[in-house]
Amino acid sequence: MNEKLVFKRTVSLADRVTHYCPGCHHGIVQRMVAECLDEMDLARKAICVTSIGCSVFLYDYLLVDCVEAPHGRAPAVATGVKRARPGNFVLTYQGDGDLASIGMAEIMHAANRGERISVVFVNNTVYGMTGGQMAPTTLIGQRTATSPAGRCRSTEGMPFKMAEIMSGLDGVAYAARTAVDSVKHIAQAKKAIRRAFQVQQDDLGMGFVEILSACPINWKMTPVEANARIAEELIPAFPLGVLKDIKTGGAC
Amino acid sequence: MSERIFIKGNEAIAHGALAAGCRCYFGYPITPQNEIPEFMAKHMPAAGGAFVQAESELAAINMVLGACATGTRSMTSSSGLGISLMQESISYMAGSEIPAVFVNMMRGGPGLGDINTAQGDYYQATRGGGHGDYRTLTLAPSTGQEAYDLTRLAFELAFKYRNPTLVLGDAILGQMKEPVTVDPPAPQAPDEAADWRLNGCDGRPRRVHKSIYLAEGELAALNIRLQEKFRSMDAEVRYEALHTEDAELVAVAFGSIGRIVKTAVRKLRAKGHKVGLLRPITLYPFPEQALRDLAYSGKRFLTLEHNMGQMVDDVRLAVRGLADSDFFGALPGNMPFPDEFEAAILRALQGGHA
Repeated sequence: MNEKLVFKRTVSLADRVTHYCPGCHHGIVQRMVAECLDEMDLARKAICVTSIGCSVFLYDYLLVDCVEAPHGRAPAVATGVKRARPGNFVLTYQGDGDLASIGMAEIMHAANRGERISVVFVNNTVYGMTGGQMAPTTLIGQRTATSPAGRCRSTEGMPFKMAEIMSGLDGVAYAARTAVDSVKHIAQAKKAIRRAFQVQQDDLGMGFVEILSACPINWKMTPVEANARIAEELIPAFPLGVLKDIKTGGAC
Repeated sequence: MSERIFIKGNEAIAHGALAAGCRCYFGYPITPQNEIPEFMAKHMPAAGGAFVQAESELAAINMVLGACATGTRSMTSSSGLGISLMQESISYMAGSEIPAVFVNMMRGGPGLGDINTAQGDYYQATRGGGHGDYRTLTLAPSTGQEAYDLTRLAFELAFKYRNPTLVLGDAILGQMKEPVTVDPPAPQAPDEAADWRLNGCDGRPRRVHKSIYLAEGELAALNIRLQEKFRSMDAEVRYEALHTEDAELVAVAFGSIGRIVKTAVRKLRAKGHKVGLLRPITLYPFPEQALRDLAYSGKRFLTLEHNMGQMVDDVRLAVRGLADSDFFGALPGNMPFPDEFEAAILRALQGGHA
């Protein structure tokens, strides 16, 4: 009887226990990032810019060259890396507080310049590491540690729709929003990550992929309930899909 | 081939950087240092490097962090308030042991202050400037030629010690034109940083540059190592001494003010007054031993600055137990003149308060 190998160890993913909470989706996203790096043969020339938040220890799991950026500044650090070494593959991995709050200026300008970098944006609508405070993507009515009565449109504003904002900037070659709450969505998310990596390789501009993810602890839900919330509440507010995918041209 | 050209201090710094192999410049406009990014925008691409006008000083210093993490000689420049914005990332670089060169062409403060010259950022420059226990090597040129030479040196020291290094000038230095001998742009040594730079882990173990250490004892170990490194920087102390041997009173001043005080000291010497000058060229490490040796031989001291009294603390620390230092400060917001320094030195020499 012939054996058929259907899955093998992901070389770029460390074989160790993560620090993530039960039901957290960072592990799924990081596995997909590592799989794409391996499948596209990018790991050996990758330079990953890590961010501040729950993903701060990304370099413990992703076995490529890494540099730590201050909170929100990953797109600026990645700009420096890429301009200094255009031949390397440069990616950032950022959460919603990091990218859409303190780092809003850096992501907007890096995107507008068409920096040839790939951005993996994990949106779980809450500050995770600091203990569940309101994020720029917290939904209207969502209770957090700093919006105890629920986010109010008239005082806290609407959640930022980053994938749509990014797709409107000329320097962005690819922008998509995906989720990781089901097998189907996970497959779509991996395809999006691949494409966000490929546009950098094709010198077309920035590749941006937003991934809707669960944070059961700070949502005060079980992992199963948190997973269900993605389909019930997040996806209606943040529609999934490819918002932009230019095949040719490039930013400049 | 060297050539002697008539340029502003800001341009001398930019020339020095290109000759030192700097191949990435990231900056944000601010007076009085705009000639540096303007020069780089024009000449960096021709030298085969990258120029980016960043969206803010925050972004600029983080671009430097990224570029320097790849082992590429890179820099930014700004003035006072912009340097304040950069401090978080300078602390990150010190903690991550990523080298960088940054330039502060000081203007008047606090707050928005003015766009005229001042030396109010001495504390910030010599105490690290941001959070945590770290120092930045700090070089203080007083002439256009020295601005050029010390910028070249700044890159050498930054990469030798893997530490952010500051060139601290002011509006006088940046805006004044004088002859400077410069070399053409030269490449960075290809093997520099080969043992730590990030360029992809092909054929070697992967590398991580970070400054977070949560495990028991790790951060303490980093701090011990960093302190040892900062102490070893004492080997880089540089200063200029003029007429100090037989001086009764030694004037201590740095940067542009050091140059103006030098004129005052020369005029007083010509009139027969026994005064000398000690001009620190490195502000960190500070020329403590040179001052202490002068204190041992019975000198008195007067520190002159274009601020309300900052370096005078370091002079007093250097001569503690042996002597003291009087202080004269030209007011930030006013243009300093040699006559006021001359008068202050004479008052102090004659036993009065400067």
